[in-house]
Amino acid sequence: MTQTTADATFRYEDLSALMARMTGAEKHGPAATSTLDVLWVLYDRVLRVTPDTAGDRERDRFLLSKGHGPMAYYAVLAAKGFFPVTWLDGFGGYDSPLGHHPDRTLIPGVEIGSGSLGHGLPLAVGSALGLRAQGLTRPAVWTLIGDAELDEGSNHEAIAYAGPAGLDRLHTVVIDNDSATHGWRGGIASRFEAAGWSAVTVDGRDHAALHAAFTAAHPGRPHAVVARVEKKA
Amino acid sequence: MDTMRERFITITSELLDEDPRLALVLAEISMDGFRPAQRAHPDRVINVGIREQLLVGVGGGLALTGLRPVMHTFASFLVERPFEQVKLDFGHQGTGGVLVSASASYDWPAGGFTHMAPGDVALLDTLDGWKVHVPGHPDEAEALLRHAYADGDEKVYVRLSQLSNAAPRAVDGARFLTVREGSAGVVVAVGPTLDDVLAATEGLDVTVLYATTVRPFDGAGLRAAVGSGPADVVLVEPYLAGTSTAAANDALADLPHRVLSLGVGRAELRRYGTIEEHTAAHGLDPRTLRERISRFRAPRPGA
Repeated sequence: MTQTTADATFRYEDLSALMARMTGAEKHGPAATSTLDVLWVLYDRVLRVTPDTAGDRERDRFLLSKGHGPMAYYAVLAAKGFFPVTWLDGFGGYDSPLGHHPDRTLIPGVEIGSGSLGHGLPLAVGSALGLRAQGLTRPAVWTLIGDAELDEGSNHEAIAYAGPAGLDRLHTVVIDNDSATHGWRGGIASRFEAAGWSAVTVDGRDHAALHAAFTAAHPGRPHAVVARVEKKA
Repeated sequence: MDTMRERFITITSELLDEDPRLALVLAEISMDGFRPAQRAHPDRVINVGIREQLLVGVGGGLALTGLRPVMHTFASFLVERPFEQVKLDFGHQGTGGVLVSASASYDWPAGGFTHMAPGDVALLDTLDGWKVHVPGHPDEAEALLRHAYADGDEKVYVRLSQLSNAAPRAVDGARFLTVREGSAGVVVAVGPTLDDVLAATEGLDVTVLYATTVRPFDGAGLRAAVGSGPADVVLVEPYLAGTSTAAANDALADLPHRVLSLGVGRAELRRYGTIEEHTAAHGLDPRTLRERISRFRAPRPGA
């Protein structure tokens, strides 16, 4: 396909205009933006993956588990050149590859199809194991989940296993906007720490704090970053 | 003779040595048998504990990195409990893997209904593209497991059982075998039901087909076996009765036909006891099979 994406010159300030191209039909508007800063910092400064390396064995993997509200994800991928920005205009349409939940078989750079909650973290655990088994020790595996998504028991199976397994290339970002009905008494980070993970809680809108949390050393342990953002209106 | 499950452990341990793409995921079940393999390949023999959603999710993640995952536990905990993981973590991702189950429909009758999975094949039938192998002998289990592991990125289910025929057949992972030829109807025996079907149809003028790969269903094989004779077809399946009725009907769509679907009943027996007692309770013992097949083949009034 012809590369019509503007030449990697998009800045964070341009993302809202890109998101505006996905008009009207999106059903999870506020959730879409809760992830925006995390996604930007990851793709701009942390993940070692580009449109050119999206098929390389050595790439970092980012698995968006919280698949609903993918507008911010699509805006960041378009800004980074994974697909043409013109794709954004068709968002949710029959002929568009961009659905209200992403499909890995349709979108370059998308590692998993998601939408049903609680699948990304177990798939990320398997990815980390698979890379390790093939001697690929450099690629990092990231997944992004929501605080309400954490309700799903499959996440707790994965958290409890990954700590003792010492999956130190595994990273989980939890976007915490207080949307879990029953909350997480004692804090979300404590769930990970109790299972042997490294965990840190930061302001999910503070790019410097996010970057520091994303790049903190965590030898021998998987790493969780709880990104606090404002409660959904 | 070893059991299918013991053969699974032997052959998978051996192939882990030979094929660096193969990786095994367990949820405690059969772990003891795989300890030597785990010592030899700690990164490719993964026991996630008693966590079946993670069992399948981890397999899906391994597949995303290019490995060929083999996931194993009892059928009820492999297919039924984490069914959405089977649906989404493989099919929806466009990846493949091999599910290998044990315990089948009633391998452990004294264990009760929690450990019975007569509906596993019917459940997989709601998904696209899963191959289903139902070996009827440990040697066939070995052949079909080897076939499944080497089957590219296909999605494959191998259903192992304690039930076994006395002798193995040369199965190819695709077609039905013609075991007996007759001219007045066709009986399809799936996996471990073959010996009982052969006993039940002794002396009857029917063709007996042996099916160990039931998905995709060998419709061409069934259609050819019917030939120009009466399209009276009996399916004998060691899982939920009627699981393959639609597939048989599709294969015979171009001619008038009748299908009798025999298999494990839907109702819970709420009985313990032995495998043989459960086979009889579901009407799958040779004597009852013969009665049901004969009644189906009897000339209809006015015919």
